[in-house]
Amino acid sequence: MAIGTLSVMEGSMAIAQAVKMCRPAVISAYPITPQTHIIEFLAQMVANGELDAEYIRADSEFSAASILAGASATGVRTYTASSSQGLLLMTEVIYYLAGTRLPVVFTGANRQITAPIGLQPDHQDTMSLRDSGIIELYVEDVQEAYDTHLQAFKIAEDHNILLPVMVCMDGFVLTHVFEPVKTFKQEDVDAFLPPYEPIHYLTPEKPMVFGSGTDDANTMEFHYMGHQAALRARDKIEAVAREFESAFGHYRGGLIDTYATEDAEVILVAMGSVIGTLREAVDILRGDGVKVGLVKVRSFRPFPAEALRKAINHASAVAVLDRALSFGYQGILATDVKAALYDAPQRPLVLGLMVGFGGREVNLNTVREIVQRTQRVLDIGQVPNETEFIGLKTETLPHFSVVA
Amino acid sequence: MDQIMLSKYNEMLFTPGHRACPGCGATIAVRAILEATGPDVIVVSPTGCLETFTAQYPYSPWGVPWLHVLFENAAAVAAGVEAALKKRGLADKVKVIIIGGDGGTHDIGLGALSGMLERGHNVTYICYDNEAYMNTGVQRSSATPVGASTATSPVGKQSWGKERPKKNLPAIVMAHGAPYVATASIAYPNDITRKVKQALSIQGPKYIEIHSPCPIGWGFDSSLTIELARLAVQTGLVPIYEAFQGQPLKVRKLAKRIPVTDYLQQQKRFRHLVEGQGDQEHLALIQAIADENIAHYGL
Repeated sequence: MAIGTLSVMEGSMAIAQAVKMCRPAVISAYPITPQTHIIEFLAQMVANGELDAEYIRADSEFSAASILAGASATGVRTYTASSSQGLLLMTEVIYYLAGTRLPVVFTGANRQITAPIGLQPDHQDTMSLRDSGIIELYVEDVQEAYDTHLQAFKIAEDHNILLPVMVCMDGFVLTHVFEPVKTFKQEDVDAFLPPYEPIHYLTPEKPMVFGSGTDDANTMEFHYMGHQAALRARDKIEAVAREFESAFGHYRGGLIDTYATEDAEVILVAMGSVIGTLREAVDILRGDGVKVGLVKVRSFRPFPAEALRKAINHASAVAVLDRALSFGYQGILATDVKAALYDAPQRPLVLGLMVGFGGREVNLNTVREIVQRTQRVLDIGQVPNETEFIGLKTETLPHFSVVA
Repeated sequence: MDQIMLSKYNEMLFTPGHRACPGCGATIAVRAILEATGPDVIVVSPTGCLETFTAQYPYSPWGVPWLHVLFENAAAVAAGVEAALKKRGLADKVKVIIIGGDGGTHDIGLGALSGMLERGHNVTYICYDNEAYMNTGVQRSSATPVGASTATSPVGKQSWGKERPKKNLPAIVMAHGAPYVATASIAYPNDITRKVKQALSIQGPKYIEIHSPCPIGWGFDSSLTIELARLAVQTGLVPIYEAFQGQPLKVRKLAKRIPVTDYLQQQKRFRHLVEGQGDQEHLALIQAIADENIAHYGL
């Protein structure tokens, strides 16, 4: 088994080191906070001759993703990182990558979407890509971010998958935090992640057409095949996590992670960096005698409906902590959790809670309030409001210039 | 000999049977281009007429590798292809070209084109300029000439067609410091082939704009495509030149000069200017553009 080296580094540096170890042939990027450090570190690695990649400083995120579409279609490993508006600008290309089965790997450094413009982490940006066909993996700390980037290429480039993969990590909270990270040697990463071998690529030796048009005669079949690949990715994500464990000695991956759920009456469901806070809160609340547990949704697409159902359907109530909202309906994760539970033999009550939305702080008091709300819902036996905003400053709403 | 195209590739690089309209100027351009590139090329096309009529699954006339991604990013996509070829050790053997329409080049794709030019990729961008969004039903682009009636610049009581002159994209490309910029016309296919060969012999980003009449969009009989292209050049409205960076333009001189009305009157898109007494004010304005071109370029 590979021996890692533990050192303290910024989250963005850990990502850059992971990406470097994966030997991408072409990197293209455009600066946007809070993703920028990642591409700066990679630029320095290329400048130093430590990383032998074509590094293309694009004129926009749209061009960055487009450059990688061209490079990936020409048969090489590709990588980019972006955030927020940048991911929105890439969206049209991301649909294309998934539809054309080009396995580009992205880092999505989560940040709120304009308007209002701001830099705080929430999931509105990456979750707006939900239906594009991209695989989305949300990580809770820097180590998991490092590990997941090594895994992402292996998942994306599997010939039974061939889909773009995005590693989603909360901006600042993970990209700019300094944490101890165990990194691995190049030869060990090489053994885990062999070079990319494309099935189809552009070459004059065997001319092919990429990006054809079609109509109602074939479109459904293409979408069906893409859907099947995304569903197959559920097994692949688990398998790669196990391979990672045998190679590197720790299991960081899979579709979901559970914490103290077995006897839990109340289960919190969330994604991303808030999980670390929630683990600690669960320990403290358990000490107070509250039977609370936690489920981390790591793979948002493909959605782990069955695994989630098994993990939560015995609870009395489930509180979903959402950092992305479908305006006019409800939290996006809450919608999926409820849908996953619909076929369960017994269904817990589900509270849809906007928590940490727009980067609002989530701390132990937040979790206490969530658990109290859950208790009240259990007392009355129903969920009075489909979506609640936790920590909403209702007293300030009259001072805004729009009607609340 | 300008009018005779002899293919050494026997139509293998771009086969008959595609879905272009009868009399399509763009297909003439494509044949002349591939005659210059040969088989060792990767072609990138943005969304547009060419993409639509050559790539409807599972059929294609392309005998060379061909990639379509989206409408507004062909230059970025080609940059990525070039980068990947470098990494695969094929950059010297395989050429990267773009063939796209004026909408995807002058308008929605201009940002990506500017980025590709500024970064200096070894890519040849070729625009077949049919002067409007033809594939979607003839809407004005920034390459549409002043006075042309299109679906989105229609003639009416308050309108005499497109109100603004054509965007001078070759000049914009030259301003980026591109080592080679050329204009051409499908009236002279051998000249296209020569210019593409010239472009491919030069390292860095190159741009060639090929004037390509569209029978449907301009409103003329499909037997007249070449004739309309020639008339456009002879009026001075479409100057034909080559620009090597840092050198004076090499201009195709006009052996015979004709008034713009000889060209305009054969197209439905300009009918409102020439019918009856004729819209003398606006005809004079268009003639002035041709006169200015002749003076400016020394045609």
